Formats: sequence, structure tokens, C-alpha cells
Amino acid sequence: MRINVTVNGSSRSGEVEPRTLLVHYLREQCGLTGTNIGCDTSSCGACTIHMDGESVKSCTVLAVQADGSDLVTIEGLAAADGTLHPMQESFRQCHGLQCGYCTPGMVMAAVGILNENPNPTETEVRQGLEGNLCRCTGYHNIVKSVLHCAAGVPA
Amino acid sequence: MTMTENVNREGTVIGSRMLRREDPPLLTGESKFTADLAIPGALHMALARSPYAHANILSVDCSVARNMPGVYGAWSGAELESLWAGPMPCAWPVTADMKSPTHYPVAVSRANYVGDAVAIVLAFTDAQARDAVEAIDVQYEALPAVVDLEDALSDRVLVHPELGTNRSYIWELKPQGDLEPIFASAAHTVKERYIQQRLLPMAMEPRAVASVPQPFGGDITLYSSTQVPHILKVMAALTLGIPEHQLRVVAPSVGGGFGAKLNVYAEELLCTALARKHGIPVRWVEERGENTQATIHGRSQVQDIELAADADGRIQAVRVHLIGDMGAYLQLVTPGVPLLGAFLYAGVYDVPNLEFVCESVFTTMTPTDAYRGAGRPEATYAIERAIDALARKMNMDPMALRHINFIKKEQFPYTAMTGLTYDSGDHALAADKAMGMADYEGVRAEQARRRAAGDTKQIGIGISTYFEMCGLAPSRVLASLNYSAGGWEAATVRVLPTNKVVVVTGATPHGQGHETSWSMIIADKLGVAPEDVQVVHSDTALSPLGLDTYGSRSLVVGGIAIVQAADKVIDKARKIAAHQLECNEDDLDFANGTFTVRGTPDKAMPLAGIAFAAFTAHNLPDGMEPNLEAHTTYDPPNFSWPFGTHICVVEIDTETGKTEVIKYVAIDDCGNQINPLIVEGQVHGGIIQGLAQALFEEAVYDKDGNLRTTSLAEYLVPAASDVPSMITGHTYTPSPTNPLGVKGIGEAGTIGAAPAVMNAVIDALSPYGVTDINMPASPLRVWEAIHGGSK
Repeated sequence: MRINVTVNGSSRSGEVEPRTLLVHYLREQCGLTGTNIGCDTSSCGACTIHMDGESVKSCTVLAVQADGSDLVTIEGLAAADGTLHPMQESFRQCHGLQCGYCTPGMVMAAVGILNENPNPTETEVRQGLEGNLCRCTGYHNIVKSVLHCAAGVPA
Repeated sequence: MTMTENVNREGTVIGSRMLRREDPPLLTGESKFTADLAIPGALHMALARSPYAHANILSVDCSVARNMPGVYGAWSGAELESLWAGPMPCAWPVTADMKSPTHYPVAVSRANYVGDAVAIVLAFTDAQARDAVEAIDVQYEALPAVVDLEDALSDRVLVHPELGTNRSYIWELKPQGDLEPIFASAAHTVKERYIQQRLLPMAMEPRAVASVPQPFGGDITLYSSTQVPHILKVMAALTLGIPEHQLRVVAPSVGGGFGAKLNVYAEELLCTALARKHGIPVRWVEERGENTQATIHGRSQVQDIELAADADGRIQAVRVHLIGDMGAYLQLVTPGVPLLGAFLYAGVYDVPNLEFVCESVFTTMTPTDAYRGAGRPEATYAIERAIDALARKMNMDPMALRHINFIKKEQFPYTAMTGLTYDSGDHALAADKAMGMADYEGVRAEQARRRAAGDTKQIGIGISTYFEMCGLAPSRVLASLNYSAGGWEAATVRVLPTNKVVVVTGATPHGQGHETSWSMIIADKLGVAPEDVQVVHSDTALSPLGLDTYGSRSLVVGGIAIVQAADKVIDKARKIAAHQLECNEDDLDFANGTFTVRGTPDKAMPLAGIAFAAFTAHNLPDGMEPNLEAHTTYDPPNFSWPFGTHICVVEIDTETGKTEVIKYVAIDDCGNQINPLIVEGQVHGGIIQGLAQALFEEAVYDKDGNLRTTSLAEYLVPAASDVPSMITGHTYTPSPTNPLGVKGIGEAGTIGAAPAVMNAVIDALSPYGVTDINMPASPLRVWEAIHGGSK
């Protein structure tokens, strides 16, 4: 089946099997391997992207369902000149990542949280990140990163 | 010497909170993990795995699979047997008579756990390979499962009948005399049994492998999500019969390991053997469900521990009997894991007698192996739970009893009854600092108030004072433990003609930030900017020698190798400077990257000038080789012994059984810190991993040997909403055995956390007469403990 999507600002058109998951379309057909796969039960959130402005786990969306959508992956978050998005910069400043595997999904989810609630409490951040698992950081510095970004503290 | 400040002095890079250079490519998605590599023409491998825990393989029919779309080939274990020059490696035969079943990457006649591979498919796409696996017809004759460790020890059912027993080995650490009289005459004794449940390591990146034949000549490159590319190269060469010099192993970005990627896995050997045989790249990416069965598990021990103490509470003897669950086979270091804990069962206490006996058994479950801490969290859990039990029995405050028993600061270096020497420590200082930060007295007062009021939310306080034996390891000590390899690390420091520096390390980071830390060490040593240092690692073509990253060894072994290589570079540079400045070497001072002649400060030569002079080689001392480069291999004289005190406060809802950690204070001492930002990150992650064992995680098998927790929906890796922020702090007791004064920190959090949390849970429930709850202390278990029922 043919789908037309916008990915990180560029129009793309592609043929996909009906069973193709959006994450596989992004990784295998678009070559956007920044979006990682960490599970097969939509539990870990490593594949979180933005679809029409909302965070989604791209393993829970079929590629055909994304037809006509505007998609942003981790590769599309930084500015064109390479300047990191404030959330990426906050993760760096606060040591919010170690191995980095959960990081793309975690950053996309975190941006989504602040889009909905620009001034969350620590509890709201923790609840908002419930669908994204990290094994390295114990979440301490991830939560700090999101609060740091929300506070708009200059990097 | 203990200090309350870290080492960083004005003008040094070491000790500063430098941001990690690893981060930008990880934050933008540019980093390449193994599954991200573009490998044109690669075949995809998928494996048929046994649905039975224990079964004879009667027949394997791949004929339908072979004719499915896109299938290149399909083979049974028997059809693959000719690929193996040797069985899967176990590098740690802990005793001369240790029993080990022959283990091939694909089972031939019998499957011994759910997930044991029985056949494989190669196809042009991953989906085609997985579809074809479903069409492989395997006929099994089911055999009884063995999932209980004491049942395994009884030999009621033999996992491997050819071995004649389920017992792999008995390993003992025995004191000179008999401990029985000490226990018989002791004023106080406690005897406790603790269960270390099975755990799934759950690195967020599942494993992935890609083996790529190189043009002509038989060379092959193995990409793997591994912690141990160097060990893997040696072992793959041996088991596949590939000349070692023709094999290159690369670990691209690796998404966490926690010990689970410290191994040599069937899929690595299969991809490499098949790629080589067919001359086509072969790749495999593990699915999470597969990961829960085919990647090693951790812990799984039954621990019996006894303490004997005098009337004041001084511990006179510790006696431990352990049953260790090996799982179905011995993987790379499976049998050695209990031994790594053996020396720590007396904890941080001045105990004259320790007896440790470990019986390790085969079961029909996934093999166990090293998981963050590997033996040391288990040991620390047992002694820290037991000393709390002793305190309860003596009606003493648990911290007061610990103080009576601490090895005192002035006793270091302290030679323990095991013969090992603890390098340095100040347990009382760390404990006092933690008690203050936790407001111990205030929390006790609140606890008393709630108990008196009959509050439905009760508070418990748990203490854990731990030691970590890490920085694996002096090669001679490893030899005495029958380990098959050494514990050294290699390093090269190369100053390029333009005064940029390349550091080659045998350490292999997978989240620990070695590139940042190593560049900081070199910046201070050579007086260059950290950004002018390139750190090369994890590719055996670029860093041919190394023993990789595990056991909190990278800094205390690999980092010291870097220091020594830099010292050699400075020595050579000094000779060149003396030659060109026409002075005596002994008259030269080296600071901030410049040699100056003592007493004649205007006579100076910067390293930049020396590097270029070494490159042109126009004017070097007679007989000196050109270029400025040095290589070292460092074998540590001792382990390093980080320590600390963790205090956990839990609130338990007695009506629902739910436990919430409301305060967690950790004071960790890892000696001098290169980068406190990275140290804190290691502590945070380690604590939550230990807390997860205490409250959330368990690999559950049913009586038939089926794993019931095969996804992240069933295996409860905690989310951000499940865990607290932590209060961390440090004391700084440098190690006297290495020039940086550093100790490991990668596993400390995990070692300290589980006993702190469980001691808090038991403390909260002690008014209900509860003395133990098996981990994880789930709401159901806690509720049953309060309201009656099984523990």
C-alpha cells in the first residue's frame, strides 16, 4: 500500500505492507535509525516520535495509519544548523543519558510533556514519563533534565 | 587519609563536572547501534527455540521452511554441528572436577530450557526468516523440568543425565579451625535464609549481531552489541576454528550491558560461522521476548547465613551455605559469580572467621551469569540483612551494632581472614554522614508516632553499609580462583605531530562515558585540552589488546594503564627536551604541557614542539626511535574497595501492602573522582537497579519450566513514576594502590540498595512480627505478611 507522509519536514512517499509498523517504516525505508526498538509489547517507549504534534510509540502505529501525517523523529528535533533543541541540551547539561538507547524516545516524550504542560511538577514529569523505560540513569537526571528545560534555565 | 573534598584543584580537569562528549550523537539519533548498521546484501537469521524446558529432540524437519519465500537456508542443530571447532566457552572452571555439559550454539539431541535454540533459518528479510521459523517442525519428547534449587540438588531429575548429577561443583572457603565451638558458645546467634530471585538484566538495547566477510582471503568482521569485543574475539576464534588474526570484532554504540553482554553467545557464533561459510553477511536482531529467554539471567541463589556474636554484639564468625543456580548450561563466567561474592560475606566488619560453601546446580532454566554486581550484591544482601536480624535479637539499634563491628579507619590496609587486603576505608565517617543527611533520629521519632497512633501508613528505615570488591583484577588472584584469563588492561597514548592526542584503550564503554573521563585524565597529564584528545575503543583492529569493561574495572585498571602510558610519553618527551635544550633530564620540570629548565624559566620547550620534533626526527638523541607514542599493559596489584552507607525510608500502606520509598540517602566513597557528574549517574542508576530487585523484579518460572515474564509488560522494570529522586553524597578515601587514588563505582549503587530497601521494609513491618519477605516485596507479599499467609 502507498503512503504519503511528511517526515522531519520532507515529503515522502513509500510502499508498505499492511502489517508494517511505523517504526519499521522509519528505520528501514526512511533510514532514520535514531528511533530505537526496545521491546515488542509497546512497553518501553524507545520508539516514541511525534505524529501531528503528539507523542506516539511508533511501534503501536501501522505505517498505513500514518498516511497523511506530519511526523517528527529525533533526527528532526535539533535546528537545521545543528543547535540542539532545548530538551536535548537539558539532557546533556543534566547528564540525563548514559548508554543513550532510550534517549531518543525519552527526549521526544519529554518534549511532548512540556507541550501539554509547560510547568510540570516533579510528580507530573514522573507520571508523564511512565511509558518510557530507562535502565541506566534511575530516572533521577532525566526528571531533572525535563524540569531544567521547563524552567528555561539558559544552557 | 580521608578527605571531605574531591581532588579537583584549581586548574585541573580531573575532578570537574565536565559534560560528556558522548552525548550529542546519542541525543540526535546519529549514533549507530548494531541494528542500525547498513549492511547491503545481509541475510537475516531467525532461530527456532524450544517451547519445552527439558525435552529430547526426536526430529527436526526444515523442508517446508526451506521452500518458503526469501529463505536462503534452514538447518537443525545436528546439521550445523560440523561448524563448531569446540563447544560454547566457559572461561571459569572454578574447581578441577567441575561438571560442565557440552553446549553447542544450537541443541542437537536435547533442549534444556525454554528458549534453547533447536534450528535456524537464513532469509533475505527479517520477516521472511521469522515467518519460516514458524514452519520448522520439531518433534519433542518432553522430560520433567527442574526449577527448584533444592530439588535440583536432590538429583530427583537429572538435567544432564550424562553428568550423573545436577551438582556442577562445590567450592569452599574454610577457616583454619572448626567454627562449631564458636557458634556453640556465642552469646548471640542468628540463622537466616534469604532467597535471591532470578532477574532479567534488561539492557534497553536487546542484543544484535552482524557478521560481514571481507573481500577475499577469509577475513571476517563481527559487529556485536557486546561488552567484551576482545574476549569475544579470542573465544570466537577458538570455538569457530577461525585464525584469530583474521577475525575483527567491533562493538558499535552499545545500549547498556549490566553484565548480560559480558558473554559469548550462540547468535554471535552462528552469524560468524554462517557468514564465513556462505560468503554472505549474516545479521540477527534480538526481539525483547527472545531476550528474556536467550540472554543470560542474573542472581538466583538460596543463601543460608549464620552469625555468632559475643555479648556486646561483636561478630565472631560468619558461616554461609549457598546454592547457586547455574541454569541449563555454563556460560562464559557462570560458575564464578558466587565466588565473586564469597569474600564479602563478612561485609565491612572486623570478623575473624568466615566459612563459605557454595554448591552450584543445573536447572532447566536459562543460564545465569554476571549481572550488575555479580555475587557481591548477593553477599552484601545476606550480611546486611543478617546484621539487622542480630540487632533485632539483641534489641539494639542497627547502626549502633554496625559501629561496634566496623573495620576501623586506622586498621587499613586491612588483611581479612580470607587473605585479601582491603586498601582503604572509613566506614564510620560514611555512616555518620548518611545518618545526618537522612535525619535518622527524626525519622525514628516519626516512626514511633505513627506506630503509637496505629497509622495505616507505617514507616521503616533500612541501613546498608557495604563494601565492593571491584576492579577485576590482579591476574595472579584470578589464577588462584581458576579463572582462565588475566585481569590486566592495555593502553596506548599517541601524541600526533600537531599535538593532538589519540588514546587507545582496551576498555569498552557502553554508557559509562569513558571517552570523556579518559580525555580528562590525559588533559591533566599532558597539559592538552580535553577536546584535543581522541579516545579509540571497542574495535579489535584499532585496539588489538584489551580485557573489556565489567566488574567496575575500567577506571581502576584501564584508566591507570592510560596514566602509565602517558608517563612513558612524558619520559620520552623529557629526553627529547633535554637533548634539544642541552640540559640534564633531571633539571627539567613538566607542567601544563611544557618542559622548563629548573632555575632558568626562559629555557622551555612545549610538548607541541617536542611532538613535531619527534615526528620530523631531524634532531633526536642518538638511537631514539621517531614519534611520540607509548603502550602499556597494567596489571593491578589489588582489587579496589569502594564502600558506603545507604539509608532507605519506606512508607507501607498496611491496607494495600504497597511500599513507597519516600527517602533514599546514599553516601558512596569511590576514592578520588575523575568526573563527579558521571559518578553520580552511576550511583543513581545502580541504586534503582538494586531497588528494583527489592520491590519489583522477578523472572517467574512455573513448575513446568515456562518463563512467565517474557515481556516488559510482565517483568516490572520500574518506570520514573515508580521510584524516588535520591539524595547522594560522598566521602573521599583515595585508594593507596593506584596513582589516581580511584576506586570503581559502576556496581556500588546496586550492591548497596537492595539490602537498604529490604531492611526498611522489614523494619516497617516488625511490629507485625514479620522478619522476612522474599524479594520482590510486592504489595501482595507485604499484605500477606501483615495479614497472615505465606511470605
